[in-house]
Amino acid sequence: MLQQQSGNAALGFVKNQLSNIADMMAYPLRASHYVELVNPLWTTHKLQAKVVAVWDETKDARTITLQPGGHWRLPRAGQHVRIGIPIKGKHYTRTYTISSAPERDDGCFTITVKAIAGGRVSHHIVRNLKVGDHLPIAIPQGDFYLPDASPIQPLFITAGSGITPAMSMLRSLISQQRLPSTVHIHYAPHEFDVIFGQELRQIATNHQHYQLHEVHTHEFGDDKQTKGYFSLEQLERYCPDWKERDCYACGPPGLLAALEKTFEQAGRSRHLHIERFLADFAEVPADAVGGKVRFASSGVEVDADSETNLLRVAEDAGLNPPHGCRMGICHTCNTTLKSGCVRDLRSGEILNEAGAIVQTCVCAAAGDCELEL
Amino acid sequence: MATAKPLPVNLTDDQIDEFGREMEAIYDEAMASRGDRDRAYILKLMKTQRSMAFIGRMIIYASLFLLPTWPHALASWGATLLVAGIGVLMLGIAKILENMEIAHNVLHAQWDWMKDPDIQSNTWEWDSMSPADRWMHSHNVVHHTWTNVVGKDLDVGYGIMRVTPMQPWHPKYLLQPVYFVILMLFFEEGVALHEQALVDYFEGKKKPKDLGRILRHVGRKAWRQIRKDYLLWPAAGALVAAVINLFIPYPPLTVFLAVMAANAAANIVRNIWAFIIIFCGHFPDGVYAFTPDQIEGESKGQWYLRQLLGSANINGGRLFHILSGNLSHQIEHHLFPDLCSNHYPVVAPRVQALAARYGVPYNKASIWRQFGTTWKNNLRLALPGGKLPPAVATA
Ligand code: FES
Repeated sequence: MLQQQSGNAALGFVKNQLSNIADMMAYPLRASHYVELVNPLWTTHKLQAKVVAVWDETKDARTITLQPGGHWRLPRAGQHVRIGIPIKGKHYTRTYTISSAPERDDGCFTITVKAIAGGRVSHHIVRNLKVGDHLPIAIPQGDFYLPDASPIQPLFITAGSGITPAMSMLRSLISQQRLPSTVHIHYAPHEFDVIFGQELRQIATNHQHYQLHEVHTHEFGDDKQTKGYFSLEQLERYCPDWKERDCYACGPPGLLAALEKTFEQAGRSRHLHIERFLADFAEVPADAVGGKVRFASSGVEVDADSETNLLRVAEDAGLNPPHGCRMGICHTCNTTLKSGCVRDLRSGEILNEAGAIVQTCVCAAAGDCELEL
Repeated sequence: MATAKPLPVNLTDDQIDEFGREMEAIYDEAMASRGDRDRAYILKLMKTQRSMAFIGRMIIYASLFLLPTWPHALASWGATLLVAGIGVLMLGIAKILENMEIAHNVLHAQWDWMKDPDIQSNTWEWDSMSPADRWMHSHNVVHHTWTNVVGKDLDVGYGIMRVTPMQPWHPKYLLQPVYFVILMLFFEEGVALHEQALVDYFEGKKKPKDLGRILRHVGRKAWRQIRKDYLLWPAAGALVAAVINLFIPYPPLTVFLAVMAANAAANIVRNIWAFIIIFCGHFPDGVYAFTPDQIEGESKGQWYLRQLLGSANINGGRLFHILSGNLSHQIEHHLFPDLCSNHYPVVAPRVQALAARYGVPYNKASIWRQFGTTWKNNLRLALPGGKLPPAVATA
């Protein structure tokens, strides 16, 4: 045993040395850059994924099946992944929830994206990505997942493309053959516009523990919600035992806000787990002021108002700071406050301690400030 | 605004301002037109370059199986040299593409607009002994700001040569035809040592300690280049040779030296080519040099004008332009240093027409004329005197 261990260590050492030497021979690139010429999925200098299939879920939502490179780490059902997408030559980064189960046999994963009005990136993914494209990806992240061991009984409340994390969880539970008693309330425009509609209905027929309540919110031909709004009465009707369940919710800010209020009034806040698609911004007080923003390491100084997030401010000033989700969940955009004052747009909280971590994508100037960037 | 001493043109300041605005419009349009095609271009170029570098090295290895020690019929020095020559040429071209059309332009921030984290000027390192950050300073900042200003732009004669009669003659210039050839052969090393810091040191403006820090930085980079081309690639070949040597006589040392020589040859191929293209950019007949008082208080229009008068283009086809890193469009590169280089051929006719309308010369000729006059000037200016371009530049 010990011998085998030291053998492995020696092997690891030799492997490391060899790859170091290979990198020296490839300098100033790395050996992995040459490996990329053969297959972009074998690289170690960055992680990429290949589009292997696309499938329309609804008229404006599409599922993209991606085959990740060798250094991928399996996600937990409900997590999201950062993806880089070039559009008109420019590189954008966005975060999407993984809609497949980690247990998939082929090692691929899927994201399901809805083209939102005016959304350049989502539109590009839904309409222009094609099989064979390679995209840089990051490893899965996020804390929206079911506990591994403790036996909870989930109540999923999802709307529109907010179905994606719940779908991943359902698929995962089913493939592990441990689907517990589950209630699922899903809001979608109409019966033909339900992402994964067929599959959800299938699951409902095949699994007696799974209760699906579809709430249709649009009349045919209408593109605005006219009915089916969430209410406590509706919740009681579809899920009388909701106070005994753990709720996993994902959808637009209005729905999530209503849920938060309901659960708080019932003293059940701890059992409400939320995944947001858009950062939920508090109102910026009328007397808030912007100020001069200084980006210390780039030596750039610009004026900013009290509402524009600092990531955007930096980008408009020609900088290219790291970022991912642009909605306050991935922390890729973190930097430190050197001096001055910023406002967290979600909570309205003011950060003014030098050294505080600032998530630039959800913070705006509150007076003059200086950031590490 | 007027500079202390006017530029050598027959234009009023207002006319120069208008000239500048027109130039700016060409630039803005070109910048706005960047897109998918440009991204595809640079990615494809990088792929081609990397493949060529790898294949070139493999062909060099392959040539070693033709060494006369092999018992087969094809084995001979002639065959070895022929195949090795092909490998050397391929590797040399790969290095040319890497240095010129890729790295030079990436380091000019021409591709930063893509926001691709892998292709950014502030993280890119290139296949050259000069560390990218030092080079960006001496090139982007010093040379591109002070273009052809005698006493300010280090690239005017590279500190060792007299390339314009405006530089006072000194006996050390008698030997400049020799420096010319040496710099051509060892251009990579020359660029690495091409440092404002060195000049400052010799002029007593920099302390030995600070200079030491910079030299160590350059040394680290140079060592990595040497380790790759003159140690590891030859050693990998020698290792295989040592194994083969167990069966048939195949001296590892010969193999080591052969690979080393081939890599040196590839580096020299790159050096000569880069030197020729770059020297054609600023030193042929008809290119203007300037004095510091000509650029004091310079307006945007005057800046454009100086860049135009101080640079020269080389005629050629598409492949030639790519191989020269589009520095054959030196004029456009100096006017728009951060526009991606594949747009230079597109804007060149517009720049040329603009120059013609304002009666300003646009220096463009064959490589023979441009390099020929560069060489001729080098010989002539080794001696005192020399001929300045016309006092008033006209097309
Ligand atoms: S970009 Fe993800 S937290 Fe700011």
